[in-house]
Amino acid sequence: MTPGPDLIHATPETAITEGEFVHGTSLWRDAWRRLLKNKLAVFGLIVVAFITIASLIGPTVIKRATGFTPDYIPTNDTRLIKSFPPFTGPDGQFTWTHPMGTDNAGRDQLARVLQGGQISLFVGIISTFVSLLIGVSYGAIAGYVGGRVDNIMMRIVDILYSLPYVIVVIVLLSMFRSQTARGQLILLFIALGSVSWLTMARIVRGQVLSLKNQEFVLAAKATGVSTPRIIFRHLVPNTLGPVIVYATLTIPQIMLTEAFLSFLGFGVQAPLASWGSLASDGIQNIAIFPWQLIFPGVTMALTLFSLNFLGDGLRDALDPQMRTT
Amino acid sequence: MLRFIVRRLLVTIPTILIVITITWGLIKLAPGSFYSGEKRLPPAIEKSIREKYGLDKPWYTQYGKMMWSIVRHGDFGTSLRFEGQSVNTIIRRSLPVSAAIGIIAYLLALIVGITAGSIAALKQNSRWDYGSMTLAMLGISVPNFVLGPILVLVFSLTLYWLPPSRWGGFPSRNLILPIITLSAIYMAYIARLARAGMLEVLRSDYIRTARAKGLSEKDVVIKHALRGGLMPVVSYTGPALAFLLTGTVVVERIFALPGLGNYFIQASLNRDEPLIIGIVAFIAITLLLMNLVVDIAYAYLDPRVRY
Repeated sequence: MTPGPDLIHATPETAITEGEFVHGTSLWRDAWRRLLKNKLAVFGLIVVAFITIASLIGPTVIKRATGFTPDYIPTNDTRLIKSFPPFTGPDGQFTWTHPMGTDNAGRDQLARVLQGGQISLFVGIISTFVSLLIGVSYGAIAGYVGGRVDNIMMRIVDILYSLPYVIVVIVLLSMFRSQTARGQLILLFIALGSVSWLTMARIVRGQVLSLKNQEFVLAAKATGVSTPRIIFRHLVPNTLGPVIVYATLTIPQIMLTEAFLSFLGFGVQAPLASWGSLASDGIQNIAIFPWQLIFPGVTMALTLFSLNFLGDGLRDALDPQMRTT
Repeated sequence: MLRFIVRRLLVTIPTILIVITITWGLIKLAPGSFYSGEKRLPPAIEKSIREKYGLDKPWYTQYGKMMWSIVRHGDFGTSLRFEGQSVNTIIRRSLPVSAAIGIIAYLLALIVGITAGSIAALKQNSRWDYGSMTLAMLGISVPNFVLGPILVLVFSLTLYWLPPSRWGGFPSRNLILPIITLSAIYMAYIARLARAGMLEVLRSDYIRTARAKGLSEKDVVIKHALRGGLMPVVSYTGPALAFLLTGTVVVERIFALPGLGNYFIQASLNRDEPLIIGIVAFIAITLLLMNLVVDIAYAYLDPRVRY
C-alpha cells in the first residue's frame, strides 16, 4: 500500500471543490462568505498575502532599484562601522536606499529580511505538508481499521505527545549537522514535519471514525473498492475542512519552532538566513544596532499574528459549531 | 484511582528508557564524536581518555553499562566537557535556576491568564474582551527571543530600570525580565483557553440553575463557573510544561542564566554525550510525572472523569 502517491492523487479533488465554489455548493461558498465577514481574518489574509508576495518578488525588485542583493557587501566602503539605521546612508543623510538599515557587513537589511521570509515561509509550508502527509495517513488508517490496531496506534500517539520532542529535535539537528546549508534545511523539514503530525492524526482519526459508517463508504465497499482506496479517495477528501483549518494553524507553530531552532543555531545555516537566524545575529548587537533585531523580529511576529487570525477565522468559517475562542 | 496511577507508572518507566535509548542511538549513529572537534588531541592521549570513559568498548557493552548505571544507581556518568563533574552534580546545580524562573513564570501566567480570560468571557464582545484577546493573540505571535531583547532594550538599555542579564541569586531583580519573557506566551494561551472554557460553561444548564435559585453573580462565577470553565486550562498544563522547558532554553540563552537549558545547548554543541543523555532523561522524567499529576488533578476536579 502506498499512501503517498494516492494522497497526492487526492488533491485534484480539492481543485474540483474549488470549481464548485463558483457554481455554489453551499459549504465552501458559505465558508468563504463567513470568512469575508470576519474583519480580523480578512486582515490576516491580506497581510499574509502581502508578506508572501513581498518575500517572493522583493529581493528582485530591490536589486533592480538599488543594486543590493541579500548578500551583496559594498566593497568600496572602508569605514569601520557599516551598520546604518533605517533610511540613513553612509553619510548620515536621509536616503531611500535602506528602509530597514544595513547589517554589520553593510548588507541591505530589507533584502535580507525578505529573503529570510522566503526561507521561513518555505520551511513552514513544506514541514506542514510533511506533517499533513504523516498525520492524515496515520489518523485515517487508525480510524478506518479500528479495533486493536487503532488502540495501539493511538497509544503510541499518546506516548509521543508526552515526550520533550523539541529537545530530541535539537539532539537530532546538532548531531547530524549537515555540512551544506541545503542539507541542513532538508534535515529541518524532516525533523519539524515528523514531530508535528500528532494533533493532525488525532483530528483525522476522529473525523474518519464518524464518517466510516456512512452509506457512501458502504456503497464503495459493496462495489469492491480496495481498503486503501476507500481511505484515501473516499474518506480523506471528506476530512478536508478540519485538516485545512488545522494546517493553517500548524504553519505559524512550525515557523515559530524553526525560528527557535535557528535562533539557537541549530536550524537554518549561513549563507541561507531565516527570520530566526537574522534575529539571532541581531541580538548580539542589540545595544548599538537595535534595528538588526527589530526588523526581522517584528516582520515575523506580524506574519505569525496574521496567520493565527486567518486560521481562527477559517475555523469559524468552516465549522461554526467549533467556534469557541 | 490507585490502579490507574500504577498502570500509568508502568507505562512511564519503559517510555523513559526508550527516550534514553533513542537519544543514545542518535548520538552514536551520528558521524564524529566529542573528540573530533577543533582541538585535536594526540592519538595516544585520545586513546587513553577513550579507555578511561569506556568509549573503546563495542557499542552493546557501552549501552549496557550506561543503562545499568542509570537504572541501578541513577548515575548518568561524568561530563566530557566539564571534566571531573558528574552529570548529576551539574543537573542538581542548574535545576534550581530553571525551576525558579519556570515555576514563577507559570504561576504568573496562570494568575494573569485566568483573570483576563474570565473577564473577557464575562463581558463577551465588550471592549475588555476584544482588548485582552488581541493582546493574547499578540502574546502567541511574538516569539520570546524577540520579546526578551526588546524588553531588555526598553527597560535596561534605555530606561536603566532593570539589569539586562546574568544570574543574581534568588530572588533578585535580574529575574524580572526573564520571567516576563517566559510567561508571556503562556499567559496568552491560558487567557484564550480560560475564555473559551468559561464561555461554554456560562451557557450551560447548571449555571442557569445557580442563577435561577438566586445566587449572587460572584458566587455563580467563583463557586460554579470557574471550576468547570478552567478544565481546558488544567488539561493544557501538561503540554505547557513541555513548552515551558523549551522556553527556558531560549530565555536562559538570552539572559545568560546558568540553567538546565543553557547547559543542554552547550552539551549539544560540544557533543557532551553523558550530559545530553542526562538532561534529556531528566526532562523526560519531569514531563511524564507532571502529566501524571495533571491527570490525577483532572479526575479530582471533574467528577465526570473516571479512570
